[in-house]
Amino acid sequence: MPHTFPPDSVGLVIPQTARFEQSLALDCGRSLANYEMVYETYGTLNADCSNAVLICHALSGDHHVAGYHDEDDPGKPGWWDNCIGPGKPIDTREFFVVCCNNLGGCKGSTGPTAINPENRKPYGPDFPIVTVKDWVRSQARLADQLGIRQWAAIIGGSLGGMQAMQWAITFPDRVRHSLVIAAAPRLSTQNIAFNEVARQAILSDPDFHHGHYYEFGVVPRRGLMLARMLGHITYLSDEGMRAKFGRELREGKMNFNFNFDTEFQVESYLRHQGHAFVDRFDANTYLLITKTLDYFDPAADFDQDLSVAFHRTQARFLVIAFTSDWRFAPARSREIVRALVRAGREVSYAEIPSEYGHDAFLMPIPLYHEVLRSYLARAAREVNARAA
Amino acid sequence: MLVRPELELISEWIRPGARVLDLGCGDGALLAYLREHRQVSGYGLEIDNANMLQCIQIGVNVIHADLEAGLADFGDSSFDYVIMTQTLQAVRQTEALLDEMLRVGRQGIVTFPNFGFWRCRVQIALQGLMPVVKTLPYEWYNTPNIHLFTLHDFEQLCRLKHIDILQRMVLDHAHRPRPGPKLWPNLLGEIALYRLGRA
Repeated sequence: MPHTFPPDSVGLVIPQTARFEQSLALDCGRSLANYEMVYETYGTLNADCSNAVLICHALSGDHHVAGYHDEDDPGKPGWWDNCIGPGKPIDTREFFVVCCNNLGGCKGSTGPTAINPENRKPYGPDFPIVTVKDWVRSQARLADQLGIRQWAAIIGGSLGGMQAMQWAITFPDRVRHSLVIAAAPRLSTQNIAFNEVARQAILSDPDFHHGHYYEFGVVPRRGLMLARMLGHITYLSDEGMRAKFGRELREGKMNFNFNFDTEFQVESYLRHQGHAFVDRFDANTYLLITKTLDYFDPAADFDQDLSVAFHRTQARFLVIAFTSDWRFAPARSREIVRALVRAGREVSYAEIPSEYGHDAFLMPIPLYHEVLRSYLARAAREVNARAA
Repeated sequence: MLVRPELELISEWIRPGARVLDLGCGDGALLAYLREHRQVSGYGLEIDNANMLQCIQIGVNVIHADLEAGLADFGDSSFDYVIMTQTLQAVRQTEALLDEMLRVGRQGIVTFPNFGFWRCRVQIALQGLMPVVKTLPYEWYNTPNIHLFTLHDFEQLCRLKHIDILQRMVLDHAHRPRPGPKLWPNLLGEIALYRLGRA
């Protein structure tokens, strides 16, 4: 018997594929002759195509942001299901929600695991390193194909927030609201350092084979797992980890083993996260996206002045940060706000108290969701006023 | 909580199309009013979650921040007016905040309850109790107002700090500009509005 989905779920969703035959020039100087992008949509596009919302995913996310893929075995819903659906903060009764897997990804859009037309082998490490600007340009082509001239809102957390910001800069007249959540105007030295350790973990795995591991029928499991474990530490906060795991030993354990077995709860959590990630993610994509993060710096195109970058934007901004996020701390979000204020742009800023660290942007924190709900309810009223 | 007469009076002092920063903007009523009647653009600073949400609901730009932490995020003379309504008496760094206000804004507008109002004087002089009046409705143990001062106190501070008083209005508790407060402001005035500048 098919499963019944919760009433506030978008229910069963089927990913779609858009194919692009026109070459896409990339920031690195290379180009993609043709490519595919996998995406999902929820809700209905209205007659004047003015109610579309783009969700941008972060490092390990993909196009499956809400709903379920399998009716008989629903498993876990999309990665931001708690926020998207009928009656949820991103209300699919009001908005037509789009989310795509970004280029360079490993969930169906053209990336390192795709076949390179030049040599009929997977691209692997030869896939060009794409930037946030490249992503935004590719997403704009997807919007063209869907008939969306202007997004009612573009929303993203972390690296997704950087895309929301870049959209407003690159295509000022195509975004009405840019929601930048738990992001930063560019990576700090410390952020880049963490990314480098993650990359080295993968690069130094004997199964990496200079990125051509597909040909050897192996994956650099240990390296990718280590990278993910390290990442996870930076996504949580000290107090959040203490609250969740403390110094508890694994279930049933009373004493130390005095060896290197998994003894503490936090160790088994990290190992579990690492193992689970290896089965669903590609190491070359991980390497590529950490570079995408490192390279993001919209101010660089404007004499290192972020407020100049924002001068041309027309969107209204909502910037949200979380108190215990130390990967992209509230101070980094306030840099964005400061630049927007200096540029005279419309911006609101909310700083949400939370213990969840960087991961908070995925959590259904009541104040956070209430801020999103209130802000987007207004954006929906604008859509309806335009249509009327 | 701002009432309509106060919004109207402040609004009269604001040049149309100005850039405004409202410190402790509450539910955003003043900015919404000024946006509608004076076409201003600007932002409110607010620490309270419920107020911040209210601002977002009515589409007022709100920056969720503690104004006690200062205005370092804002550049010199980046606003035409920095406004602080019924807030000056409730902050810890009163003097520093006044300085910041006139650094960030070309002009400052403040409103506050007058502790020199005759009822206050009578209560403290004859009953020996901390005053409770309409504009200062709290008991000493639950009041958010930690700096109580009179019109004279404030004007003395302005002289000391070389702050120019460009305009002053003294009102009764219902925000009416009655003849009494006009004649003896520090004795009969209950609420004071000041427009400030610094050469």
